[in-house]
Amino acid sequence: MKVIKIIALVLLVAFIGIQFIPTDRNQSSVVLDTDFMVVNNVPASIENKIQVSCYDCHSNNTAYPWYNKIQPVAWFLGDHIKEGKAELNFNEWDEYSDRRKNSKLRSIISQIEDDEMPLDSYTIIHADAKFSEDEKSEIIEYMAQLKNSL
Amino acid sequence: MKKARTTMGALIMTLVTITAISCKDANQDNGAAEPMSNEMYQEDGTKNADSERLMANDSGNTASDAIIDNYLKIKNALVADNQEEAAKAGGMLVANFDDFDTSGYSSEEQQELKDIIEDAKEHAEHISESPMEHQREHFGILSKDVIDMIAITGTDKKLYQDFCPMYNDKKGAQWLSSSEEIKNPYFGSKMMNCGEVQKQIN
Repeated sequence: MKVIKIIALVLLVAFIGIQFIPTDRNQSSVVLDTDFMVVNNVPASIENKIQVSCYDCHSNNTAYPWYNKIQPVAWFLGDHIKEGKAELNFNEWDEYSDRRKNSKLRSIISQIEDDEMPLDSYTIIHADAKFSEDEKSEIIEYMAQLKNSL
Repeated sequence: MKKARTTMGALIMTLVTITAISCKDANQDNGAAEPMSNEMYQEDGTKNADSERLMANDSGNTASDAIIDNYLKIKNALVADNQEEAAKAGGMLVANFDDFDTSGYSSEEQQELKDIIEDAKEHAEHISESPMEHQREHFGILSKDVIDMIAITGTDKKLYQDFCPMYNDKKGAQWLSSSEEIKNPYFGSKMMNCGEVQKQIN
């Protein structure tokens, strides 16, 4: 019994301990001139949907939920955000060459088409980030039109 | 006895905390190691590019040879439905693009080459780490990049520019091959002979 108590105590102390390790937070209130929404004339309904479903990991500003202030969840999500931004950062859209925009749009379309994005591990918590079939085709159509206009 | 237990407990606690902290450190180290290895590539790259430039003075466009070779390796692997080989060649192609030296071109060409390489490198990276259907998707855009690159750099190699009208929801996709016979990298064994030669390079 005593052993279990000690283990529980140790885990508790470790859990509290790791809360004090600082993490970089992906937060910025600056709207860059290069932002996808600023550069393109995006219809409001699509803008809102993309903000909610994509911007947490694909922009410089994450709307952090309360549980993301708790370690080790914050580390796990931090890695996801780092990877997501490296792949595609909507805030820096206009820094991409037309060639890369074309590539990015093609990937955006195919990933949404195949339900690979937004990630299941994300939508399981953020139910509002999930696309309905109608939203999917609306966004895909918009992205395809943007791709053709490049 | 009780004292011993408390000491033990304290020791374990310290150990766990240290482990947790050092895990985090290791993560940071990994993060920092990536750009460093890139830098090393660049160092190597400069050396390679130098020797390639010397060679280029002798015989023309050898600088893009390594890129075409590894591109064709990816193509052959996809024809053979071989995800692993395609991934391996994709990794090498990333390094080839890093090594490519654009300094001999006009500033307009340099800009164009920079755009192409930036894009192509990303597709090569994806090919090096993706399942086969994704590799094929990225290979489609990579092919466009390499074709556009050769239009600027030229090549000594004899190549065929092929086109498959079926791929990508019948939007079609191009690829390059060193032999005239059609062997389709987008469908592999499923539709080996789909496609046609669009033009011959050299």
